[in-house]
Amino acid sequence: MNNSLNMVALYTIVRREIARIMRIWTQTLIPPVITMTLYFVIFGKLIGSRIGTIEGGFTYIQYIVPGLVMMSIIQNSYGNISSSFFGAKFSRAVEEMLVSPMPNWVILLGYVIGAVVRGLAVGVLVLLVALFFTSLHLKHPLVTLLSVLFGATIFSLAGFINAVYAKKFDDIALVPTFIIAPLTYLGGVFYSIKMLGEPWQAISRINPILYMVNAFRFGVLGISDVGVVTAFTVMGLFIAVLSVIALQLLKRGVGLRS
Amino acid sequence: MSTPSASPVPALVVDNLRKTYGNGVEALKGVSLTVQPGDFFALLGPNGAGKSTLIGILSSLVNSTGGDAQVFGVSVNKQRNEAMKLIGLVPQEINFNQFEKPFDICVNEAGFYGIPRKIAAERAEKYLKELRLWDKAHHQARMLSGGMKRRLMIARAMMNEPKLLILDEPTAGVDIEIRRSMWQFVSGINAAGTTVILTTHYLEEAEQLCRNIAIIDHGTIVENTTMKRLLAKLDSETFVLDVTVAPDQLPQLSDITLRRVDEHTLEAEMPRTSDLNALFAALTEHGIAVKSMRNKTNRLEELFVRLVENGREKAA
Repeated sequence: MNNSLNMVALYTIVRREIARIMRIWTQTLIPPVITMTLYFVIFGKLIGSRIGTIEGGFTYIQYIVPGLVMMSIIQNSYGNISSSFFGAKFSRAVEEMLVSPMPNWVILLGYVIGAVVRGLAVGVLVLLVALFFTSLHLKHPLVTLLSVLFGATIFSLAGFINAVYAKKFDDIALVPTFIIAPLTYLGGVFYSIKMLGEPWQAISRINPILYMVNAFRFGVLGISDVGVVTAFTVMGLFIAVLSVIALQLLKRGVGLRS
Repeated sequence: MSTPSASPVPALVVDNLRKTYGNGVEALKGVSLTVQPGDFFALLGPNGAGKSTLIGILSSLVNSTGGDAQVFGVSVNKQRNEAMKLIGLVPQEINFNQFEKPFDICVNEAGFYGIPRKIAAERAEKYLKELRLWDKAHHQARMLSGGMKRRLMIARAMMNEPKLLILDEPTAGVDIEIRRSMWQFVSGINAAGTTVILTTHYLEEAEQLCRNIAIIDHGTIVENTTMKRLLAKLDSETFVLDVTVAPDQLPQLSDITLRRVDEHTLEAEMPRTSDLNALFAALTEHGIAVKSMRNKTNRLEELFVRLVENGREKAA
């Protein structure tokens, strides 16, 4: 298909994904907002008020807001694409796309954009809720936006790969529970890795979520445990590697074609 | 200088197509066949014969392990995306998102083919109306009956206005009225120039609709000819006669075998070369009044069973 036809196909997938997010908004948009509100109340207000200021003169709640926003973006981007694509596989509706002349990259990009949109929507909602608990001023708006886009894209691609391999709904719940949640909690959402001794500080640097959280925190507060260039380099590498893997899986038809 | 008119490019050329699944099952053992443009082609075979695998390869849902297929001269292996533009597929299993609405399912399908939304909406309305689904267009698809879901898959397959429409058992489990309306729609599409390949277990359907036929069994083509030639191979037919009273003593005829089924029913097996007048004359002479008569089985069904059984005997 030529580029204009590909753009129509891409628009179709993105529109359909956004329609799905809006159709089931009580499952896609509301739960993360409630969860994060509880985090803000418990960790930010109740416990955070006893901690006082943390790094750079910021209160604890100001410190954890960027991490919690990024955490909700990551989880929702991942959850959106894994459940939507696996649902399409499970109902065989994915065949609508597989028998069409659409190139694989259009299918992948369409689903990734849909997942990033959900991540962004949830991120904005959580950020708005955070403003009820504390004041925030974006220090570097462009870095903030790029870190959100990069983080959401990485976990959208990871969620897509998970959905391709998944054979049952349990398979798309395993990765978030056993991999993403621990990595997120250990990725500097609630603390600075400078508070850790060695070797834990070095081990923490293997965690990709650390770079996303800190790039976003740099965008919002202007402080970070890792260099911003390093953070974006790591995130860029993840996007490149995961994109190649996802496209290869589509090309070979793993889990999709007999 | 005028050039001699070239023969039309076949709608489908299947060349030595093979498929062996990962578990070692050899579903296609070098299938070859040709379908001409504008044809209404029946692809028949018992369950597990390889029909759905063949259709899966043509629609790129199944990767072949050998051979190739060309749709209007475009290779499915080498130019997949171009070939897919020419095909519309109505699969055997329901494969749309049941939480979406029929209108959206059709419009989205068109979008996957790069058809702009305005044109897609017009086509969706056209085909949903033709398939008598327009009043359900904006209801969730899960609310549709089984027959409606099958018609929705036909409407969806028409969204890219394919040159080759493949129907994989489109009328399975559908009542006769809806089945007839589906035949009418597909016949109209075929009359308008779309090549149609049909697989079905309703052999009466294939006999009525299709001009050419291939029978596949155990991954090989056991017959590939015109419907007329195939039916001409049938050397005998069996008729069921409803009679006032079927006596125990039946007339003896040289080339017709008469059997008493019950007190009101007879069966007459006779060569296709014989005429029915001799049968009626003999029955009249014995005072047996015939109230009605019909074929015991569909003619194509008789041939189908014979061809498949012959193939199995040879294989054994």
